Amino acid sequence: MTNSTQTIEHRRIYEISPTRKLVVGISELLIAVVILFAFILNTAPGTLTRFVMTPGGISIGTMADWIIPTLPTLIILFVLSTVIGIYQLLRGFGRATNGMVGLCGLFLIFSFITWQAGGRSVNLAGMLTSAVLLAVPITMGAFSGILSERAGVINIAIEGMMLMASMVGAVIGSITNSAWIGLLAAVISGLILSLIHGVLSIKYKINQIISGTVINIFSAGLTGFLSQTYLYTDQTLNNPPMFTRIPIPGLASIPLVGPMFFNTNVFVYMMFFFLIVIQVALFSTRWGLRLRSVGEHPRAADTLGINVIRTRYVAVLLSGIVAGIAGGFFTLGSVGRFNEGMTAGKGFIGLAAMIFGNWRPMGALGAGFIFGFADAIGSRLMLLGSGIPPQIMAMSPYIITMIVLAGFIGKGDMPAADGEPYGKNRFL
Amino acid sequence: MKRKPNKIDEAGETLIEEINKTEQEEAPQKRSIWRVISIPVLAILTGLIIGAILIAATSTTVYAAFEESLWVGLGTAFQEIYRAYEALFTGAIGDPVRIINALRSGEERAIRSAFNPFLESLVQTTPYIFAGLAVALGFRSGLFNIGVEGQLFIGAACATFVGYAVTGLPWIIHMPLAFIAGALGGAFWGFIPGLLKATTGGHEVINTIMMNWIAFRLTEWLLSGPMNRPGSDGMPLSPIIERSAQIPQFFQTPIRFHLGFFFALGFAWLVWWLLFKTKWGLNLRTAGANPRAARYAGLNVTKSFMIGMALSGALAGLAGAVQILAVNRSMALGLSSGYGFDSIALALIGNNHPLGVVLASLLFGVLRNGATRMMVVSRIPIDIIDVLQAIILMFVAAPAIIRSIYRLRKPKHEEETVFVSGWGGGQT
Repeated sequence: MTNSTQTIEHRRIYEISPTRKLVVGISELLIAVVILFAFILNTAPGTLTRFVMTPGGISIGTMADWIIPTLPTLIILFVLSTVIGIYQLLRGFGRATNGMVGLCGLFLIFSFITWQAGGRSVNLAGMLTSAVLLAVPITMGAFSGILSERAGVINIAIEGMMLMASMVGAVIGSITNSAWIGLLAAVISGLILSLIHGVLSIKYKINQIISGTVINIFSAGLTGFLSQTYLYTDQTLNNPPMFTRIPIPGLASIPLVGPMFFNTNVFVYMMFFFLIVIQVALFSTRWGLRLRSVGEHPRAADTLGINVIRTRYVAVLLSGIVAGIAGGFFTLGSVGRFNEGMTAGKGFIGLAAMIFGNWRPMGALGAGFIFGFADAIGSRLMLLGSGIPPQIMAMSPYIITMIVLAGFIGKGDMPAADGEPYGKNRFL
Repeated sequence: MKRKPNKIDEAGETLIEEINKTEQEEAPQKRSIWRVISIPVLAILTGLIIGAILIAATSTTVYAAFEESLWVGLGTAFQEIYRAYEALFTGAIGDPVRIINALRSGEERAIRSAFNPFLESLVQTTPYIFAGLAVALGFRSGLFNIGVEGQLFIGAACATFVGYAVTGLPWIIHMPLAFIAGALGGAFWGFIPGLLKATTGGHEVINTIMMNWIAFRLTEWLLSGPMNRPGSDGMPLSPIIERSAQIPQFFQTPIRFHLGFFFALGFAWLVWWLLFKTKWGLNLRTAGANPRAARYAGLNVTKSFMIGMALSGALAGLAGAVQILAVNRSMALGLSSGYGFDSIALALIGNNHPLGVVLASLLFGVLRNGATRMMVVSRIPIDIIDVLQAIILMFVAAPAIIRSIYRLRKPKHEEETVFVSGWGGGQT
């Protein structure tokens, strides 16, 4: 590692190994090649792509359609990614390496949409708006994971917590006819399950992944059992009021951005609220430093007088609260009724987003958007009648996660003691 | 690096022996049968008690009876529980009265149908054995294979494909060919996370979860596209496999008991022999128990991870293949009733030993088969089995809870069977 690039900034050392530099550069060039051969060579000159920039059902924050010539746009994107790839191979971007890969990925996606919609029109704003909504459970799931894993407890049970919370939210919301009380109940159910996870993995020190699996099986079973016993026969129990769209005065009338972020579900606002709170609490307060030290080196933290066990319990419970909100989104913010197994693996994708985002809230949000966007593209392409089967599109988030996990983030910022139970009388 | 093969190998051998010797010495020599089975048996008992409470608590007749008086309520509750568990028993093992009558009458058909519930339990047990062995073998080689579900789907898809696309072969060739195709498909699906763990350190848990979702989407696409049954109106359904590819059933149609059950027992023996009677299995277990020491002893830990993961995947693939070739005879999306997560429970309840896995699988097969009858008789949703399994898994994984409930003495040596830590792979 003698000739690796080192940049020191904010007292952190960013080191990019020569192999990684090479791999990143080659993948950026590959993107350029895909744009050239798959899209540019398959586009007739003079084709126009029409992007509708106002999502359906919105009356404020409208915007005129955006019409671009398909071929020149693709060529510009091709040239840009080629330049980035070559620069990466020759000089390297140092700290900005990951950002540049992300940018090239965006180029690829954008050129794909431009090519697909060549000669037709596609509602880009609608796609982006639904991407934001689809990102909510994934991002909140990732936040939930960050909270507990930063304290050294792997939480694979987010899926189960979300599933349980979505059912409890629907039922209690229906009974009380209040979305807010439903959400509160959803949070409480997440809290209870996380308490079980905490007791099993912190007190009884059983393997955290097994404890999470217990909760996942349990939730799937109990929600199925209860919904077949009660919800099938009594539909009034499964008809909760939903959170409606709340426009923020002023900001909502900004074109494109307004409908996406400021004229939307309360869950989207909560997502940003939690982004800020978790970022500040974990990385700028003494409490957060202590919590992270428990995840990095519990023994040292203990020696300094930090109560490791209590800190871990607090972290796991907070994680359960956030997972409960994420679960409430399914029934109270998105669908309006509970269906068996409706979380459909979003909790696991949330975990992937957490790893993708390097155990940081901001990164998790970005990863959540990418996954949400991939979902949104998949469903829109089906409407466009694209030749690519939607199931193949739907695989992409998982494949991206595996590639990222394998090559790009390397070891990442994973808490060093993640997954290790802590006990005072262990001599390890 | 220069190596003196003889000396190093010798040193390695001694070190491996050393590691395994200490492992054996730590385990108490005179382990009575009760010691081994007390925790699982008590866990099952507690699970059934909690299940009984759940049955009584969700029954409307019980509530109505409680309104009359406490004693009537309790009486009705016990009646309900008895009725449900009686149905569970007769559905899983058979009705003793009917069996005796059938044996007395000596009529062959009557005997067969009287024994059918038990034979059907064995049918349900078969895929559990394969899936449980997959997880157990993974654990023994230090790998947490949470991707059994995906490997099972891929294995089933491969077996189905060979089953219907290859024609004109005699049974003796075609059936094993389809069976092996299932194993290869699963092995390939397991090998990828193994390879990623060995080369990049990406943790197999997150990678196998991702591979699960890729497998679901892939089979969905295969079944509605290239492998679709002609005339199925776009339903994701495969063609029916050739007669020559089928694993034979022993009796006429209502009784589905098939040769695959004995295949499963054979494979359990094979895994046992491989793990505990060959030098090769010893290496696998050594690398799993303590990768660092194994590497120091000159073992190729990387290779061991890859082999372990591929073998585990192969067994999971066989679980899917046997189900297709012997029972379903064509592939649909509802192939698995959650074997993936159940198999983790199986491996743990069976203490990662093939014999234990077979016994645990019998238990799960009996439960699931009996629950079908329980659903008919008492209208209790089959999902209650998932709840029971989660509770049993929890108690088996945290024996301390069981011990404190039943006031058992703590054994001198706590056995630790699973060693999985953070996402980054703990092998370095």
